[in-house]
Amino acid sequence: MGEQTESKSSSAPVPADSQWPLWEVFLQPPKGEPHEHAGSVHAATAEQALQNARDVYARRGEAVNIWVVPTAAITASTPEDMGPFFDPGNDKAYRHPQFYKVPRGIRVF
Amino acid sequence: MTTPALFPYLLRLGDDRLVLGHRLSEWCGHGPILEEDIALANIALDLIGEATLLLKLAGELEGGGRNEDALAYLRDSADYRNALIVELPKGDFGFTIVRQLFFSVFSLLQMEALQRSTNAELAGIAAKAVKEARYHVRHSAQWVITLGDGTAESHDRVQTSVDELWRYTGELFMADDIDREVAAAGLGVDPSTLEGAWRAQVDDVLNRATLTVPKTGYMQRGGREGRHTEHLGHMLAEMQSVPRAHPGATW
Repeated sequence: MGEQTESKSSSAPVPADSQWPLWEVFLQPPKGEPHEHAGSVHAATAEQALQNARDVYARRGEAVNIWVVPTAAITASTPEDMGPFFDPGNDKAYRHPQFYKVPRGIRVF
Repeated sequence: MTTPALFPYLLRLGDDRLVLGHRLSEWCGHGPILEEDIALANIALDLIGEATLLLKLAGELEGGGRNEDALAYLRDSADYRNALIVELPKGDFGFTIVRQLFFSVFSLLQMEALQRSTNAELAGIAAKAVKEARYHVRHSAQWVITLGDGTAESHDRVQTSVDELWRYTGELFMADDIDREVAAAGLGVDPSTLEGAWRAQVDDVLNRATLTVPKTGYMQRGGREGRHTEHLGHMLAEMQSVPRAHPGATW
């Protein structure tokens, strides 16, 4: 850690491979709900990523299952995609199933 | 059913974990990467938690009014009964992780056997410790293989650690009258019966890590009788400084 701090403060460029690959961590809560994104860890191998995820995010009983995924394997939408991807969904009420009559007897749904 | 040997036997179990837990806690804030820093602190807390339960039980059996804190913080090094391997200074990360492998495999075998102790409390503590030890083995084995089968430098450094630590492994399996008495009573396990399985598991990891066992017959001993290296006294001086300076303090 110390060496990295030193190289950053000097004018020498930080080597691109000074960090291990990044992995995204997903935890399944104890109640069996779907996996949720918890954060990320650095690790050299998948097993190490799994162990690091356990130690950083699940050491206090937060999970019953862990997924780790190489961050590089995730394809994400970009901020520029926001308009074309998501805006059209807001002004078309007919996309939402809100015009059905709720059968009698159903109070909570 | 109990026997006078159970008290010193529990001190050995508890002291191994207390001393190693403290050595591991010395990594807190100094780990090679953030994730491993947290991992080592987790394992340290597991070990100190096991030590707390074992020393509490020891204090109750002794019946002299000493609780787990009194046993941990108010005994001198000559009264400690841990094996020498756990008191050696933490060294570099390779040294720490090789020691974790050697001790964790031993601890897992020991605690698996102690789940069948005729002392229900000890059996319960062992059942909890088995789960923790299983993760400690997995964590340290993964690291020993990564470093041993890694670069030339990482290989040489962990091989040096294996060579240095090997002569301290024999003491873990040396049985004396205390061990034989608790084993005969069904309370404890004779450590010499664990050596074969330990060696097979350790050899498997070392082989995968391309590491070799040194050809030395001599094994260090003394910790179980209270004859320690100079390192334990220094460690206890730091570990015990606050409770000794402020007796009975709570927060």
